[in-house]
Amino acid sequence: MPRELLKGNEAIAEAAIRVGLEAYFGYPITPQTEILEHLSRRLPELGRAFVQAESEVAAINMVYGAACTGARVMSSSSSPGVSLMMEGISYIAGTEIPVVLVNIMRGGPGLGNIAPAQGDYFQAVYGGGHGDYKPIVLAPSTVQEAIDMTVMSFDLAEKYRTICMIIADGSIGQLMEPAELPEMRPIQRQNWDWAVNGTGGRQRRILSSIYIEPKDEEIANLRMLKRWQEIQKNEIRFKEYYTDNADFVVVGFGSAGRIALSAVRAARHQGIKVGLFRPITVSPFPFAQLEELSKRVQGLLVVEMNMGQMLQDVQLAVKGNTPVEFYGRPGGVVPFPDEILHEIQRVATSKLSLDADPRMSWLDRATAK
Amino acid sequence: MVTSDIARPENQVYCRPRSFTDVSTHYCPGCTHGIAHRLVAEVLDEMGVAEKTIGVAPVGCSVFAYNYFNTDFVEAAHGRAPAMATGIKRVLPDKVVFTYQGDGDLASIGMAEIMHVAARGENITVIFINNAIYGMTGGQMAPTTLPGMKTTSSPMGRDVEMQGYPIRMSEILATMDGVGYAVRRSLHDPANIRKAKKAIRTAFEAQRRGLGFSMVELLSTCPTNWGINPVNSLQWVADHMVPVFPLGDFKVSAAVGDIRI
Repeated sequence: MPRELLKGNEAIAEAAIRVGLEAYFGYPITPQTEILEHLSRRLPELGRAFVQAESEVAAINMVYGAACTGARVMSSSSSPGVSLMMEGISYIAGTEIPVVLVNIMRGGPGLGNIAPAQGDYFQAVYGGGHGDYKPIVLAPSTVQEAIDMTVMSFDLAEKYRTICMIIADGSIGQLMEPAELPEMRPIQRQNWDWAVNGTGGRQRRILSSIYIEPKDEEIANLRMLKRWQEIQKNEIRFKEYYTDNADFVVVGFGSAGRIALSAVRAARHQGIKVGLFRPITVSPFPFAQLEELSKRVQGLLVVEMNMGQMLQDVQLAVKGNTPVEFYGRPGGVVPFPDEILHEIQRVATSKLSLDADPRMSWLDRATAK
Repeated sequence: MVTSDIARPENQVYCRPRSFTDVSTHYCPGCTHGIAHRLVAEVLDEMGVAEKTIGVAPVGCSVFAYNYFNTDFVEAAHGRAPAMATGIKRVLPDKVVFTYQGDGDLASIGMAEIMHVAARGENITVIFINNAIYGMTGGQMAPTTLPGMKTTSSPMGRDVEMQGYPIRMSEILATMDGVGYAVRRSLHDPANIRKAKKAIRTAFEAQRRGLGFSMVELLSTCPTNWGINPVNSLQWVADHMVPVFPLGDFKVSAAVGDIRI
């Protein structure tokens, strides 16, 4: 397919259509609304289902119902709307059915603002809803990655009967850049042995998240964790830049990782041996890979558009092997490469401590200005 | 003549509907959920649609409805059955999709979902059980609790000054253009049960013909949480609920009106 100038949100929507999206249910919220708008035009013209729901609560429960039929379905929203969806997300997780969700994150908490942010990392990576479950979470840093991850997300969701969520900040949703869409594929609804679609004479099927006997619920929980073990084994994805001979490594996902790459390149020009580690699956998180990396560097700098959420996973991963530093811009502020370059310079020239709390040290620096 | 002469298949006039599974329900003695379930199952039998039907169970006393119908079923979050049904019906428009919901589920936590499923005219059928109380959680005030009625969360009786008034869902939904059929029936005596059955059949026929949203509200008993014995509970429906929730057809579109059962 040719490379086109595509807006992130529309690219996600169109990519989903081309890999067989049969139904979409959503509610308008900035900065993801173009996904809904694009699908409101395209799905009906293809004879597929589109409903603008009365709320995100209803939207996720429409997704829940449609997904129970075995069709490829999705919804999208932005931070406050995803919070509203958490009820349904937990039910979907408990029912073990495949669903694709997109969160084009904005500044928060609360109503916050409509600027790009990464404050929903914890909510996404740790499930967000009630009960024990973990979704697969993908973090694109370009429009092309957003397309590729949309394509991949349906396969992953179906392979593991799980929720696959794409978390992109508002800038990925809103920016336009050249990217290539997949070819249009025909809809091929799988004949899943769990799908609810009328018995047609076979044994009846029930899809539910109820296990009224605690022992049965325990079995279901353990089954989900077993599946998660498989996901961890098979599906961890990340990208490394200049890490082969790096003394220091920046760790960032999504837009923060992309901006950090510019800073890393600038630092390299200045002779600082710094690399970038960018998780693509933030869940499952590349713990082992970061641990390996941590054994051969003098320090890590975590950069996020929040107050240090992935930071905690990085700290877990490195097991104290190397000092971890943090730089964040929360609330919808996007860091400039220069800011991150300055942080790289600081990390490269300071005596780093294994004992300091990187978040609090950052807070002191940030508020001292 | 001995029993075996009479108990022959050709003489059988009453049996478990084929759309029922062969299990006993968890409902309390005297509760009318059993009657409502049976009427739905009989209708599915008569229409021969059980194999293409998908039910959506609610949260409340009928949370386990999926155990009793011999059809595919899903279990919704509290109040969200109409949204779930929308998702199913939009992907499988040729299947029969119904929700079975109580008053707390439908008229309180699920108010937005029921209003909008009706506004969209989703071609689904809703069986709405109104017994004026929250049954499963042990008898709290429902949106349909009668003025002055004592519940565990309105122990002095529902004070309309403080706790508002009961909601009449059929009347509200009847104002919506997307609704093909919205009626209220009662399960308190055989004559009303027969009328209820006919209404349920009409509602499912409306769906089969693609005539928009259909709902049958059924006034029902809750002897356990009302603290009234089953027989007197039936009388209580007639004496106290019917005056507040009048029986009748609140919306029958012209096309639905043409259905002859």
